[in-house]
Amino acid sequence: MAIPVVVGKDLRKVFRAPGNGGEVRALDGVSIEVRAGELTALVGPDGAGKTTLIRLMAGLFTADAGTLTVLGIDPAAQPQRVQDRIGYMPQKFGLYEDLSVQENLDLYADLHGVGAEERSRRYPQLMQMTDLGRFTGRLAGRLSGGMKQKLGLACTLVRSPELLLLDEPTVGVDPLSRRELWAIVEHLVREQGLTVLTSTSYLDEAERAARVLVLHEGRALAQSEPAAVTRIATGRSVVLDPNAGESARSLQARLLDDPEVIDAVPDGGLVRLVRTGEPATGRDRDMIAGLEATPVEPRFEDGFMVLLRGAAAHEAGVDIQLQRPLAPSVEGSVVEVHDLVKTFGDFTAVNHVSFEVRRGEIFGLLGPNGAGKTTTFRMLCGLSPPTAGILRIAGLDVSGAGAAARARLGYVAQKFSLYGALTVAENLEFFASAYGLRGAQRRERIDWALRQFDLERHARTASGELPGGFKQRLAMGAALLHEPDILFLDEPTSGADPLARRAFWRRITALAEQGVTVIVTTHFMQEAEYCDHIAIMDGGRVLARGSPAQIRRLGRARDGREVSMEDAFIAVVETARAREGAARA
Amino acid sequence: MRLQGTLRPKLRRILALVRKETRQMVRDPATIAVGIVLPVILILLFGFGLSLDVRNVPLAVVMEDSSAPAGNLLAAFTLSSYFNPQVVYSPQAAERLMMEGRVDGILTIPSDFARRYGAGNARVQLVVHGSDANRARIIESYVDGAVGAWSARQSADEGTSAGNGPVGVQSRLWFNSANDSHYFLVPGLVVLVMTLIGAFLTAMVVAREWERGTFEALFVTPVRSGEILLGKTVPYFGLGVLGLLLCIVAAKFLFRVPIVGSLAVLVAGSMLYVLVALGVGLLISSYFKNQLVASQLTMLATFMPALMLSGFLFDLRSMPAVIRALTYLLPARYYVALLQTTFLAGDIWPVILPNAAALAVMLGLLGYASRAVTHKRLG
Repeated sequence: MAIPVVVGKDLRKVFRAPGNGGEVRALDGVSIEVRAGELTALVGPDGAGKTTLIRLMAGLFTADAGTLTVLGIDPAAQPQRVQDRIGYMPQKFGLYEDLSVQENLDLYADLHGVGAEERSRRYPQLMQMTDLGRFTGRLAGRLSGGMKQKLGLACTLVRSPELLLLDEPTVGVDPLSRRELWAIVEHLVREQGLTVLTSTSYLDEAERAARVLVLHEGRALAQSEPAAVTRIATGRSVVLDPNAGESARSLQARLLDDPEVIDAVPDGGLVRLVRTGEPATGRDRDMIAGLEATPVEPRFEDGFMVLLRGAAAHEAGVDIQLQRPLAPSVEGSVVEVHDLVKTFGDFTAVNHVSFEVRRGEIFGLLGPNGAGKTTTFRMLCGLSPPTAGILRIAGLDVSGAGAAARARLGYVAQKFSLYGALTVAENLEFFASAYGLRGAQRRERIDWALRQFDLERHARTASGELPGGFKQRLAMGAALLHEPDILFLDEPTSGADPLARRAFWRRITALAEQGVTVIVTTHFMQEAEYCDHIAIMDGGRVLARGSPAQIRRLGRARDGREVSMEDAFIAVVETARAREGAARA
Repeated sequence: MRLQGTLRPKLRRILALVRKETRQMVRDPATIAVGIVLPVILILLFGFGLSLDVRNVPLAVVMEDSSAPAGNLLAAFTLSSYFNPQVVYSPQAAERLMMEGRVDGILTIPSDFARRYGAGNARVQLVVHGSDANRARIIESYVDGAVGAWSARQSADEGTSAGNGPVGVQSRLWFNSANDSHYFLVPGLVVLVMTLIGAFLTAMVVAREWERGTFEALFVTPVRSGEILLGKTVPYFGLGVLGLLLCIVAAKFLFRVPIVGSLAVLVAGSMLYVLVALGVGLLISSYFKNQLVASQLTMLATFMPALMLSGFLFDLRSMPAVIRALTYLLPARYYVALLQTTFLAGDIWPVILPNAAALAVMLGLLGYASRAVTHKRLG
């Protein structure tokens, strides 16, 4: 067995929360070992301590207690010696957006003292690996999110580091770029024997690592090979087929409240379930909620959820109740989009997009970065006038009756437009006033939002200091203050951990059941399962449209596994791009 | 050999950072706006727009006397470039003009002016708008002087030797000395431009890296924090020198301000000041890590005091003792003294040396403090 590259024992780090004087235990006695030549993954929800742990190793923080050695050096005592030898890619990689791809690379090569000869050997490799060769002259700020991440990775690889630290390298990156990034990392580990430590909130990524450390609220829940985590759920994973007339997501939402259920997700029209224990033997049929349960092979995610549920208090009754039932509206489509076009100069961001969404439906817009999702959203909200096409919301033409149409919809922007310096209550007060709510009604609506989104405890916390999941809840609460019957959410779950995502979708499901129409964009392909209909966008066009099951059928299976939504997405986008490439050639 | 082994990577890192910083500086339209466009605007504004000389004073003249001497006196005011008289025939009309702020003073030529003038004891009455005390006093003395000049000329013309003018000769000197305020405004302008480029621009650059998260990746490389600071100093120092040249050219050729002292002393002193200003900007920026706070604070801590408390616009000696004591903390104070001396008086070493020394001490302290607050650590 090789000597461990990183050895951490009982690491502790406490941050003083600004403002309220409280303490946050980012790390509460974590031990870790990273072995040479292996890929180790740190998995855990938001606020688990992943970033803190990585920053300790990079010598950017010092631990309050515990011992840590990186490459045999204590990074707290001699940070520079560690920093001379490792590669580090922070969550928000600091590319200089006003420098070109080549200039960014050269800067890091100079800083690492990479000579001309080594560069001539290394640059072509990096370019080939990242496929950035065509863009060397382009400013980094003009790259798509996925390409930025690849450039960030290339900058940390200008010379061979003895240890590569990656902090959530694929957050906010679309599935295609994500797959490419992982191909690079796996290649480095396999071919060059690089030691890599990466943190991630994508559980399918953790599965690719040789070892995983599962973190939760500053404590390690497990450190083992991924298969051992998967095995925890052995015998507990089943699927249920919902009765006719009930959607998978409604059944899933109902099942989540069952104390014997650890986790439930909609999965290809069925509901995938993880139970607290194995079923009692002796019964000839295994029944859950009156439905027959079919056992399935557990996945890493199932084991992870078992671990997490053991550590986290079961957040029961995540639900949302509208204050007033929605007025019965006209049947038919609530949102109609026909031949929508938006051009910026000679660039067509949205190219003849059409779709319709019925009342109480959840509609998902999926697509890589730059596909035109956000631009479409902005036009729907009347924030940006369309170049051509028809946009109707609740029968009203958005361009003609902007204000009237806008009063009917709530919008949660990407990264949530909240005022970071204002408290949760102040943010809600501001948005309530902005929507023209006054007096008793205003009070009532703010109380409703605080209650429904479990924000009462945090009412006096500055919203900038809220953990990610709470920011998302606050943004949703603010968007629902004026009781809209249509809700637009732009990447609401980007960067959110599995628990927060489950809670989010429960609320969305509850809203849809009460008649709220929801349009949502997401990078998480599994989340498409919660939607009634989805549209896959790329390059400004809708490439495929249909129910999740229909879309799934477009995918090609990889290495014998069942076709995932992600496979379908990649297949659709790749086919379309290949066709376009052929047409151009 | 060994020395070279550790020096060369270091030098290469510094060069790489300087190159990066220069590229960013040149590509950022905001930097160019603040670094080049704003100084040019300031030069033109200060050079042509702002003048401390009082000219074209709007003055209401109440003509209660219609005699020849009274008309003569009015003509003296009308012809003067210092006044812009407006004749009214009632005190009420004049008062109204004053209330509306359309005139700065009321000159009343009383009905008995001609009679008393003949008797050698003529009087005119002047009421001056006192909202700006300095300006009021200047107007007062101008009117004094104008009347004095008129009566002297009048006496000479008539050949009478009667010393019956209401004003003495001394105020004439005040009046006639066409003291061009450009002579001391332009050196002050140089101070402002240098402060702007030095402190204001650099206040943004460190904070920007914290805000955009670019430092985190930079920190985990062999780069040292001192090298980062140096990399930021060099390009902005260059921009500062460019601004300085712009100012000197404008001073010499546009406003024809003489440079009595030597150019070398002027440039060397200015470079010293630019470095101090850079130090202030870097320190504020490194400490606050927020562009907005850093830029606002730099404005308050450097630009405003450089404008008001450096002795450029307002005489330091006439300030209250507490405020005057405070000005000793301002680098701009020493630079103003240094500049005014080199521009207008020459290389007077007893003035130049102590002021330069004060700047050098400040530079040392700022350098030390900037290093102390820039750790390669987060949080």
